[in-house]
Amino acid sequence: MSILAIDRLTVHHGQLAAVVDLDLAVGEGETLAIIGANGAGKTTLLRTIAGVLRPSSGTIRYDGNDITRMPAHRRVAAGIALVPEGRRLFPALTVAENLATGAYRKRPGPWSVERIMTLFPWMPDRARQPAASLSGGEQQAVAIGRALASNPRLLLLDELSLGLAPIVVRGLYERLPEILAEGTTVLLVEQDVSQALRVADQVCCLRGGRAVLRGRPADLTGDRIQNAYFGATDAVEEAAR
Amino acid sequence: MTWVNTIVQGILLGGLYALFACGLSLMFGVMRIVNLAHGDLGVLAAFLAYSVMSATSLGAFWAALVVIPIFAIVGYALQRGLFQRSLAISPLSTLLMTFGLSVVIQNVLLKIYSADSRALNIGSLVTAAWRVNSGMSLSYLALLTFGLAIVVIIALQLFLSRTRTGRIMRATSDDQEAATLVGADSRHVYAIATAIAFATVALAGLMFAMRSSFDPSLGPSRLIFAFEAVVIGGLGSLWGTLVGGMVLGLAQTLGAQLDPTLLLLSGHIIFLAVLAFRPQGLIPQRRIA
Repeated sequence: MSILAIDRLTVHHGQLAAVVDLDLAVGEGETLAIIGANGAGKTTLLRTIAGVLRPSSGTIRYDGNDITRMPAHRRVAAGIALVPEGRRLFPALTVAENLATGAYRKRPGPWSVERIMTLFPWMPDRARQPAASLSGGEQQAVAIGRALASNPRLLLLDELSLGLAPIVVRGLYERLPEILAEGTTVLLVEQDVSQALRVADQVCCLRGGRAVLRGRPADLTGDRIQNAYFGATDAVEEAAR
Repeated sequence: MTWVNTIVQGILLGGLYALFACGLSLMFGVMRIVNLAHGDLGVLAAFLAYSVMSATSLGAFWAALVVIPIFAIVGYALQRGLFQRSLAISPLSTLLMTFGLSVVIQNVLLKIYSADSRALNIGSLVTAAWRVNSGMSLSYLALLTFGLAIVVIIALQLFLSRTRTGRIMRATSDDQEAATLVGADSRHVYAIATAIAFATVALAGLMFAMRSSFDPSLGPSRLIFAFEAVVIGGLGSLWGTLVGGMVLGLAQTLGAQLDPTLLLLSGHIIFLAVLAFRPQGLIPQRRIA
C-alpha cells in the first residue's frame, strides 16, 4: 500500500502554476527521487506535502487519510518531516538544541538525539556550539538530524546538495542507507541527478510542474533522463503513468 | 553619602522599570510585536487589584494571585483572537491594534474609575524601610520590587533555555516556518509568550501601584520607561533589559539629585544618547535567549 498518494495535485504561486495535475504514489519504505531543473516544481511539491503550502486543487493522502487541509505542525506529529531547502536551522540555538526541537512532537521510534549524534561522529563535540557557527555541510547534517528526531515515517529531503562541495554531498548521502535501514520512506528532491539515481528505488522527473518521466533508475537511460530534464519534445510523450 | 544613597535608590527604581520592560522585551523578541498598550495593561492590572481588594477583604498579595493569572489568560486569548490576525496582515496593523487597545483601556478605566488617583493599600509595608545608616534607608517595597525583577528575569531565562516550550519559543522567534516544520503550532507558542508578558506586566503594574498613586492616564509614561529600558539594554536581551532599567533609574535619580526638575529629562537624554552612540544597546543580543 502507498504511504503517500497524491492525486491530481495543482499548486499555485500567485498566478503561476508551479505543480500541475500531478499524480504520485510512494510505497512504504521506498525511496523516490524527484529530479528536474530549476523551477520544475520540486520544492513546491515537497513544501505542499509538508503542509507549508496549500494546493489549489487535488488531494494528498497519507497512510490512507486525506491530509490535504491538515496544518503543517500536525503533519509532523503524524510522521511527516521535511528537511527544508537551505537547511533553515535555528541560528541562535545550539546544535543540541536544534536536534531537540526536532523531538518537540516526536513519535515513538528508533531515533533519539543520542543516536543521531552517532550518525555524525563530529556532532557530540560541537553540540554546544550555535548552529550558525557550523559549515554548510555540518548544518545540513544537523538539519537531517533535526528531521529524524521526530521519528518520521515519511522523510522529505529538499536539495541536500545545495551549495555544498561534492565530497560533502557524498558524505551526507553515505549516511542515507543507515536511515533507510529503519524503514523510513524517503522522498528526495535533487538537482544532482547521479546522486539521486544512486540511492533511489524510483525516479520521477518534473518539468514545468508536470511529471515527464518515471521509472526505476536501472530502466532509465541517460539520454531519456536528459531529454526529460531539458525538455526535448519526444520525452514528453514518455510520461509514464 | 547622599550620592551613594542616590545611586542605590536609582538602581532599585531600575528594578521596577526592568519588571515593566521584560514583558515588552519578550513580546518583541518572540513575535516582533511592539505592544503600545503595555503600560496601560500595567495600570489596568492595578485597577483590577484595587477592585478586587475593595470588593473582598483580600490583601494585596492575594489580589496579585488573582489578577496575575487573569492577565495571563487574557494575554493568551488576546494573542489568539486579536494579535494573531493582525500579524497575518502586517507589522503596522499590529502596531495600530496595540495603539487602539491602549486608547480603549485608558478610556474604559476613565469611565469606570474616573480620573481620580487611587492607591493600593498595603498597610505598613509602604513606609517600612531598612535603615542602613543615617544617610540611607532602603524601602522594603523597593527591595522587594528589585528582587522580583531579578527573579522574573532569571525565571524567564531558565524557561527559555531549559524547557521544551522555551526552546521551541526561541526556535519560533528565529524562524517561524522552520519551527512549524518541527511541529510547533506558532499560534500557541505566540499566545504562551503573550500570556507570560501579560503576567509580568500585571506584576509590574501592581508593584508600581503599591509604591505610588495611580490614575488611568499613567499607562503611556510607563510604556516609555519600559521601552527606554529595553532599548538602553539592547533589544531582545533580558539581562540587557535589567541593566537598561537600572541605567534609566540611575539617570533619573542622579538627574533629580542635581535638580528635581531634571528627573524625567535626564532619563530621556541617556536613552537618546544610547540610541545615537550605541544603537545596539549596552548588552546587545541578536535574539531572545
